[in-house]
Amino acid sequence: MNEPVPVHPAPVPVLALGDILLVSLQGELHDGLAEQLQQDLSHRIATTGVSGVVIDISGVDIVDSFLGRVLAEIASTARLLAARTVLAGMRPAVAITLVELGLVLPGLTTALDVDRAMEVLSQRGR
Amino acid sequence: MPHDQDATASAPQLVGSFLERRREQIAQRWADASLFRSVFTVSRDEAVEASKAVVDALSDVAVSGRLEDTTAPGYEPVREQLGRMTQNRARAGATPAGIADEVAALRTPTVDLLREEFADPTAPQAQECVLTLTLLLGTLRLVVLETALDAGAEMIERQRQQLLEVATPVIKLWEHTVAVPLIGTLDSARSQVVMESLLEAIVEQRARYAILDITGVPTVDSLVAQHLMKTVAAARLMGAECIVSGIRPAIAQTIVQLGIDLGSVLTRASLADALAYALSRQGIEVSRAQTGTNAR
Repeated sequence: MNEPVPVHPAPVPVLALGDILLVSLQGELHDGLAEQLQQDLSHRIATTGVSGVVIDISGVDIVDSFLGRVLAEIASTARLLAARTVLAGMRPAVAITLVELGLVLPGLTTALDVDRAMEVLSQRGR
Repeated sequence: MPHDQDATASAPQLVGSFLERRREQIAQRWADASLFRSVFTVSRDEAVEASKAVVDALSDVAVSGRLEDTTAPGYEPVREQLGRMTQNRARAGATPAGIADEVAALRTPTVDLLREEFADPTAPQAQECVLTLTLLLGTLRLVVLETALDAGAEMIERQRQQLLEVATPVIKLWEHTVAVPLIGTLDSARSQVVMESLLEAIVEQRARYAILDITGVPTVDSLVAQHLMKTVAAARLMGAECIVSGIRPAIAQTIVQLGIDLGSVLTRASLADALAYALSRQGIEVSRAQTGTNAR
């Protein structure tokens, strides 16, 4: 089985939108993918010097403790590299599950959708 | 009426055939008893018909010999009718005990009729028949009570569901600002409903601010506080800021005395204060219209 290896291996696409990096998570995030995403993101933040990262999880049905930890780690890493992370588009059902599990993601800024997340970042950036 | 019973027939058989033969007379007497009279107010014939149905059921049960069995198949045809009757009585304010008394009142006229059957009411067979009939009517009383309690439980369940739906409206107060006025005790089932409808409203209204008003919550204990904090956390995950308003002084004191930490929750004294906060954070200013500028 041949794994597709592009020049910049990014199974989770990271889009640069001006001063912001946009990551759209779809479906399940496996361990390998998560690690790759973390590496990829920190690399991109460091090289491009963006001020914000938006992670869109509107396509995610289940957020477990693993994904919660990955998200928190991404946010911490980004903070060290002087970028703010905003988590956008969480579904109501996901929010309820997270709260019931006691995972309230304390260090993360959240927004209703990507649009709002951009707004939050542009406000704080001023 | 002469005593023409087969001396070898058992008491339940005798009572069964007695009920069958005297069905009309018993029904006429029962129709005047308060249980049937107060339910079937429109016409007496209806009460007589209903009484007959019950007499038939009892006669069936007597013949089958399952005198003390409330699940005897003989009761099935009248179960629904009894249910309607008890519901009717309950709605009129009768307690289960009162309904049971009304059923018990059916015994005297029936036993009187039964005694007339025998030439010598003190004969052992007569005594046994009266005992059997009493037993049978006692079982009927149980059956009626059972249906009454079932109907009560059903009603409570239905009302609980209605209360759950009615008591949690999410109100749009302003553009991007929603509020939930919580009324009554907040248990886990209700807080779940509140959370769900609030989060749906946040998505629908694209709300930035959500206000939880607890003016109508009588007491806040650690469990209620936990539910509140969960709701606040869930709203935050959806990207909305949550404000808890309407904390009465007494409740504030209780919260402090219980050592509940609401430090992570934004609170305001009243719904108006919370709305003012939400508006000011969105850069909306509310001011009194200047009297001079009211151009015609």
